[in-house]
Amino acid sequence: MSAPEHRTAAGTPRTRRRGKGRGERLMVPEAEFTSYYGRPIIKPPVWKVPDVPAYLYLGGLAGVSAPLAALADLTGRPGLRRVGRVAAAGGATLSVGFLVHDLGRPERFLHMLRVLKVTSPLSVGSWILAPFGALSGATAVAEVLGVTPRLARASGLAAGALGPALTTYTAVLVADTAVPAWHEGFRELPFVFAGSAMASGGGAGLLARGDVTPARRVAVAGAVLELAATSVLERRIGFAAKAYRSGRAGAVLTGARVGTVVGALGALASGFVRGRPGRVLGAAAGLLLNAASAATRYGIFEAGMASARDPEYTVRPQRERLEARRAEDHPAGSDR
Amino acid sequence: MNSLSGPLADPSADAGYADGHPPRVGFFTDTSVCIGCKACEVACKEWNALPADGVGDHGAAGDVLGLTGMSYDNSGGLGASTYRHVAFVEQRVPARDSAPVDLGMPAMELPGAVQPGVDRDDATEVRWLMSSDVCKHCTHAACLDVCPTGSLIRTEHGTVLVQEDICNGCGYCIPACPYGVIDQRQGDGRAFKCTMCQDRLGAGLAPACATACPTESIQFGPLDELRERADARLAELHDRGVGEARLYGRDPDDGVGGDGAFFLLLDEPEVYGLPPDPVVTTRDLPSMWRHAAGAALAVAGAVAAAFLGGRR
Repeated sequence: MSAPEHRTAAGTPRTRRRGKGRGERLMVPEAEFTSYYGRPIIKPPVWKVPDVPAYLYLGGLAGVSAPLAALADLTGRPGLRRVGRVAAAGGATLSVGFLVHDLGRPERFLHMLRVLKVTSPLSVGSWILAPFGALSGATAVAEVLGVTPRLARASGLAAGALGPALTTYTAVLVADTAVPAWHEGFRELPFVFAGSAMASGGGAGLLARGDVTPARRVAVAGAVLELAATSVLERRIGFAAKAYRSGRAGAVLTGARVGTVVGALGALASGFVRGRPGRVLGAAAGLLLNAASAATRYGIFEAGMASARDPEYTVRPQRERLEARRAEDHPAGSDR
Repeated sequence: MNSLSGPLADPSADAGYADGHPPRVGFFTDTSVCIGCKACEVACKEWNALPADGVGDHGAAGDVLGLTGMSYDNSGGLGASTYRHVAFVEQRVPARDSAPVDLGMPAMELPGAVQPGVDRDDATEVRWLMSSDVCKHCTHAACLDVCPTGSLIRTEHGTVLVQEDICNGCGYCIPACPYGVIDQRQGDGRAFKCTMCQDRLGAGLAPACATACPTESIQFGPLDELRERADARLAELHDRGVGEARLYGRDPDDGVGGDGAFFLLLDEPEVYGLPPDPVVTTRDLPSMWRHAAGAALAVAGAVAAAFLGGRR
């Protein structure tokens, strides 16, 4: 039933129900959808795979790893501190790399910092990512070289304070578009992204030696938040939910959900297994949670692309909104 | 205020232009007199020195003439190198019983002729709708709002312009546009769209498309004046029994605060490939930031709480 490959004479309303023939008649009152030869109305994003999904995932990983590392530093957990600092810097650096690579004119990437516009989530995000990258990078260099622990603590705390913003601004970035599957979910997506980021950042922490209890808690809480927010999203956004349930996006998101559940259960179980087997189980669960988080971002990206390519996602909710408003203005049977 | 959505009398003043800036200009495209000649498309390409793009860029397979294979449309839609696009819509509609013209000569029925509306209620006829689409130069332009570099600006004429020497090709404006106007030019990487011939406006000239249009389907002028002209034209068409005529993008109360380029259409907007009820995405941006802030605080709180309690 998807539109782009289905050619109808433009402007001929077509019934969307099966078994009604070609639906050539004009007087079809219910469930009709018209488009210009099935062509998309909005332009699908030109953002590339894996650049943008990877940018979303790595931003989340880095954004949670930084505060985990900062608090691990304060509470004397050197293993968790080290892994967190490296993950924060690595995630931020790679994230910027993917962002620059995705630009049509990569040599102009510094134009992002020409202005600060609160109406542009990408501008705000650039101004979060730039200092975060510098601070977390400096912290990681100090960590690896084993120098200036006090400076590293200060820069790590600053990066940790910026981290949570890094995990959720990307949700605003995709929601602040005309892409139906993304825009309709603008209330829930920040929480999906926050949960996914916590699952991946906490999961990365499970790779550390020593006490990883805080990372385990963050990972499990993140998985629960992600699953809950995704379920609310799919129930609340109306017709656009179809984009999250069908096609490649639907398959990827189902896989991501399974990975998140299994990873969270593994992370939970690893807390009850002593010694090396427990650490191995935790590390495996952490890696699985990271794979699932990356898949979640890719699935959400694909759902948006699918909803942009098919004009029905744009037309149908707008048409319903319009008809409802008209019915309010002109009750029962009056002229348009 | 209404800087993000709602009616806004003077977007140029909102963008910071001093008093005495030129009046807001726009297009009124009256599709009821469009003949589908594509002079606007050609004039636009000529004046702006735009490369041919063909429909391939838009997803359809074109033949040697670049025709879509569905109609006389050979540009498919607006894009990075197509700032005017003429849509061709072929419709089978119920036949109208138009009054025959008496030529004062002996006549006879065609053998087997069906008198529409009389002999068969289900008789149909074909009608053509043609419409020259263009950037709407919205009062609240999502492309401009989301541009992170400040490449997209509001001009002194109230139009929306890409400064190509600033654009770094991030592509954010492209999915932000509720009309699917702006796009990235392949091989160039930057985003392009209608400039309303900014280089002609300063010299007191009308844009190339409006100048080339032979039927005055494309009318250019101060927006206030165009709105009056459109209202008069709509009333005239309604008087003449063309009840399906409607204005699209004229209303300053709509989801984008009214379009700088608006239309008179003869069918629902989606028939022409236009969104029926577009809303500027940044209308919801304050709420988006609030939700993101809430989620970020939840992350901070959860990470901090994870460190509570004794260590094992």
